[in-house]
Amino acid sequence: MKTITIDENFCKGCHLCIDQCPKETLEVSSKRNAKGYLVPKAEKTDECIGCRLCEMICPDMAITVEIPEDEK
Amino acid sequence: MHPIAEKYLRKRALPSIFCSGCGHGTVLNAFLRVVDKLGIIDELSLVGGIGCSSWAPVFIKADVLHMLHGRAIAAATGLKLANPKRKVVVFTGDGDCTGIGGNHFLHGARRNIDLTVIMLNNGIYGMTGGQMAPTTPTDAKTQTSPYGNMEPNLDACAVAISAGATYVSRWTSAHPSGLARSIEQALGHKGFSFIDAVSQCPTQAGRYMHGTADPATLLNMIKESSVTKAKAEKMSADALKDKIVVGKLHEDKERPELSDRLYSIMHDA
Repeated sequence: MKTITIDENFCKGCHLCIDQCPKETLEVSSKRNAKGYLVPKAEKTDECIGCRLCEMICPDMAITVEIPEDEK
Repeated sequence: MHPIAEKYLRKRALPSIFCSGCGHGTVLNAFLRVVDKLGIIDELSLVGGIGCSSWAPVFIKADVLHMLHGRAIAAATGLKLANPKRKVVVFTGDGDCTGIGGNHFLHGARRNIDLTVIMLNNGIYGMTGGQMAPTTPTDAKTQTSPYGNMEPNLDACAVAISAGATYVSRWTSAHPSGLARSIEQALGHKGFSFIDAVSQCPTQAGRYMHGTADPATLLNMIKESSVTKAKAEKMSADALKDKIVVGKLHEDKERPELSDRLYSIMHDA
């Protein structure tokens, strides 16, 4: 299964990743990081199609998508 | 942090000065992905002017020259002529490049000096609080146009093409793949390459000009206003009125490049 990692130290809570995701893999969590931003969370990772739009759009490069070899 | 960010960003300078949801970060993201793909980090000489745009190079672990407002292309010209083996990339803003930097922009294109100029275009002077820029749309309300901008706005790509730039494209922060592809082409192009990278500014342009500070809304507004060059060619001027034409707008591989010219004269002398 694909893994989506969000680095809370760099996320500025803009939620562009959530907005750009064509599936509904990402959503806003109720967790605030040290800067006070509401960070996203990857709930439905099984829905992720590995388009990497979230990775590419993130202005802070805070989100990483890992696709296992057998799913590439 | 993303492995590419880990590899190329100057940790000491982070978090970046970009506001939450700023499109400039997305353009920087695209640039780093291309640099990683091409493996050219050690050949890069980066130059920035003044403004949020011009901070992009400062966050990169590379040789960076942070210049005076509008003078990035002037310094970059010197860098390139002094050491033509370097890949000189300029990060500038719409205000920095077409306002105070207009003259250097014009002559950089005229001379066809081998630079890659990425103009982060949010249609406003963002860093100083949201004043109108040469690229601010007509009628837009900003700090210095409270009754609406009474001036026609500048099409930087048209100016670049007419002055002699040999690779001109326009992309936006809503098109990270197209942008990356164009950056790769521009870096490989020998001559003055100009990329108009339209980018959302949630804090200034968003609030004053577009009625919202929400990054996703602004990004989608850009996406919806964008039309490819191929489609635009079939549209009337009226239909194209508030549209952003994206794609490679001009390419010329024949026009002589300045550093080549200089060095051939030096060798013949």
